[in-house]
Amino acid sequence: MSTVPHLPVLRLGRNYESLEKFEVKDHKTGEVKALVSNVNAGIVRRDLAKIGSARAALKKFTCSQLIEMSAKAGEFFLNGTLPLGDQGHTQSAQQYIETLSCTSGLPWNMVQRNMAKVHFALTNMKFVLNGLSRGLDLGILDKGTGEQFGTKLSYFPTCNALGLVMPSNSPAVNSLWIPAISLKTPVVIKPGKEEPWTPYRLIQAFIAAGVPAEAFGFYPTDHEGAGEILKSTGRSLIFGDKNTMAQYANNPAIQLHGPGWSKFLIGDDCIENWRDYIDVIAGAISDNGGRSCINASAVVVPKYAAEIAAALAQKLGPFAPTRSDDPNARLSGFANIKMADFIDAQIDDGLKVPGATDVTAQYRNGPRKAIFEGGTYMRPTIVLCDSFVHPLANKEFLCPYASVVTCPQSEMLHKIGYTLAASVITKDQAFIEAVTDFAEIDRLNIGPVSTMKISWDQPHEGNMFEFLWQRRSIERAW
Amino acid sequence: MPIPTVAPELVAKAKAELDAHLREIISWHFSPETGCPYWLDWAGKNFDPRKEVTKTEDLLKFGHFADESLRDLQPEVWVPAQFKGKPYNIFETGGTTGMPKQRIGWNDYKVDYSEFSEKISDAHFPRGGAWLMMGPTGPRRLRLAIEHLANVRGSSCYFIDLDPRFVKKLITNKQFDVAKQYMAHVVDQATLILKNRKVTGLFTTPKLLEAIAEKVNLWDAGIRGVFCGGTSMKPQEVRFIIEELLENRIGFYPTYGNTLMGLAASVPLQPEDNYSVTYYAPQPRAILRVVNPDQTDETVAYDTWGRAELTTLTKEFFMPRFLERDEVIRRAPRPPYAWDGVGDVRPFGAMTKTIVEGVY
Repeated sequence: MSTVPHLPVLRLGRNYESLEKFEVKDHKTGEVKALVSNVNAGIVRRDLAKIGSARAALKKFTCSQLIEMSAKAGEFFLNGTLPLGDQGHTQSAQQYIETLSCTSGLPWNMVQRNMAKVHFALTNMKFVLNGLSRGLDLGILDKGTGEQFGTKLSYFPTCNALGLVMPSNSPAVNSLWIPAISLKTPVVIKPGKEEPWTPYRLIQAFIAAGVPAEAFGFYPTDHEGAGEILKSTGRSLIFGDKNTMAQYANNPAIQLHGPGWSKFLIGDDCIENWRDYIDVIAGAISDNGGRSCINASAVVVPKYAAEIAAALAQKLGPFAPTRSDDPNARLSGFANIKMADFIDAQIDDGLKVPGATDVTAQYRNGPRKAIFEGGTYMRPTIVLCDSFVHPLANKEFLCPYASVVTCPQSEMLHKIGYTLAASVITKDQAFIEAVTDFAEIDRLNIGPVSTMKISWDQPHEGNMFEFLWQRRSIERAW
Repeated sequence: MPIPTVAPELVAKAKAELDAHLREIISWHFSPETGCPYWLDWAGKNFDPRKEVTKTEDLLKFGHFADESLRDLQPEVWVPAQFKGKPYNIFETGGTTGMPKQRIGWNDYKVDYSEFSEKISDAHFPRGGAWLMMGPTGPRRLRLAIEHLANVRGSSCYFIDLDPRFVKKLITNKQFDVAKQYMAHVVDQATLILKNRKVTGLFTTPKLLEAIAEKVNLWDAGIRGVFCGGTSMKPQEVRFIIEELLENRIGFYPTYGNTLMGLAASVPLQPEDNYSVTYYAPQPRAILRVVNPDQTDETVAYDTWGRAELTTLTKEFFMPRFLERDEVIRRAPRPPYAWDGVGDVRPFGAMTKTIVEGVY
């Protein structure tokens, strides 16, 4: 047995070793931690032509049975020792934490928090689906038709499978697809190049829990192969930057997960108490290493912007790289060093435009980009911007970064643009009504709630149940 | 079974034959009574190769062939005196933007493809069974060549045209939807032929092969042999074609070639090849050398990547040391070829930049 595990392609229940493989490496030492088979788009195309058998394999089970299996999978995922690849390797939970940490740059404590989120979603699937389906009796999906809420109901699946073009930045994003299994929908996953671990482990956990292996496709592939997944599954999720999002913006079959531009807005009525909110805002900026689309990247206030920026900078500026097993680790390393270089240069370029100050600089005692034990890190950056016009005012980076912008409350909703998660600190009913009606906010928190707070039974950039099942009208003569 | 090797004395014999052929071709192209205006003029301005080029190593005395001359000059300058007055075929290459390069010829393509016919099995391309070519026709040498190959084997050939210049433009302009429509248009026509006519042999490109295999089961449609060329094929893609599209039961013959060289056949794959295809130039009519891209007078070591350099040596056309736009692995001689081969052809610079290959 080779010392380096090999992750094969999973062709709907069948392991496949490609002649083409890529290496997943320790972000600090460059040590190869896995070889991953990579296939051409033709393989994906051919398998997707036969995806009906994958759906049929899931259809044999009721939703209720699949929910139970999901719960078992959650335990396997969190605590189990599961197969890793096709050469006899296994992976314990601790090995998963250590390996994912060293290849992705996430410290152990953040991997553990991500694991806990995925575990919660898996073990509370009934609760999650109850929320997403608004209390639908899922037995109706088993039979296709039924009666509930005093009316006849019939649902049909919208797709053959759920396609996923996954990112490498945050393992918890995998929790978005896991309801699909309980909803009898096979998944076809292109993993992120630096993070094949989580989807692979989740698939193994599901299989160990009794879900048929045919329900899972794991296809490390190229750009053309990713396109095939998006095109041929019928419904898919893609994660990417603004440019990626623009390519698929008008395709309702593709759910886009791009930059979140999540924000805090403080109303006129609460601004005098701004000191009370610094801890929650700082956490929303820096939790999970600032890597999530629901990390706050702007704080919009009617006044005291300089004071708020200084308070946040004083709190976050001293964050420095630590060992990955440090329980107090706050920063995440970059597996792709070019990305750190790019972010650093983008911020520096933005600061050359008058009207912005890097307030964190005075608390950092060193450069923003830091090298520690061979790893590359971006230390937190709080930028005070004089208006939304400034190029750094509404930016999102893969690190703890936020702007603090002065903006009259009456103009906030005209200026903020799309906001995945908005925490609006106000008790002003008129302002609350205005933000509630504002269509550009996807997830809304009222009061000092972190933008990072997730309610699994509520939609996140779209409702997975409605994405995968659609209601139809039905009349039966018998 | 280990990869077979060629005895040194056979390699030496092939080299001696190549040198003799080289001397004959040099003499032909640089003698006023047989040569063409372009090379006679060149010799007047440079040196007389008849005296200085007597073995293949001496080809280094030529610089790299400037292929712009195939685009910028009238075709007449390439007519050897002995062919004067005989109408010629004009074959084109490139031409996605601007004037294409042109090579003229009379019989070379027939010689190349008649020879190739001996390398394909009757089980895969039954004599008399019809062929279908789905690929570039128009001004390409390939159209006449494939028809000749079919005819040599007592077969006739159906043709579905594909304009690679148009496809490349579409891809360069990011008009992917139109490219897909065009590809579907081509594949639909081929599918129609396969459904309504008895066809046993198919020539096409890897991408079109995959597209047609999605529409019809090639074995059930009667196809027994596929002859493929035109683009690079990674080992994984070759494996995909053999295992999944051809289901390990239809014969597969990958080739490497172009208008300037002719046709380099591949040796039959063994398990030890791991689907890495090696091609051998139709020596002595053409020589493929694998050179260090930064120092092109150096040949790279065996099993090392380098850039392909082509020398064409026929009485119809002489072209010394043309640097191809491909990078390849230099492979050792392998029966029945007693000279170097080239493996895993891919566009030059494929590892560092995006290359538009289109469907051809």
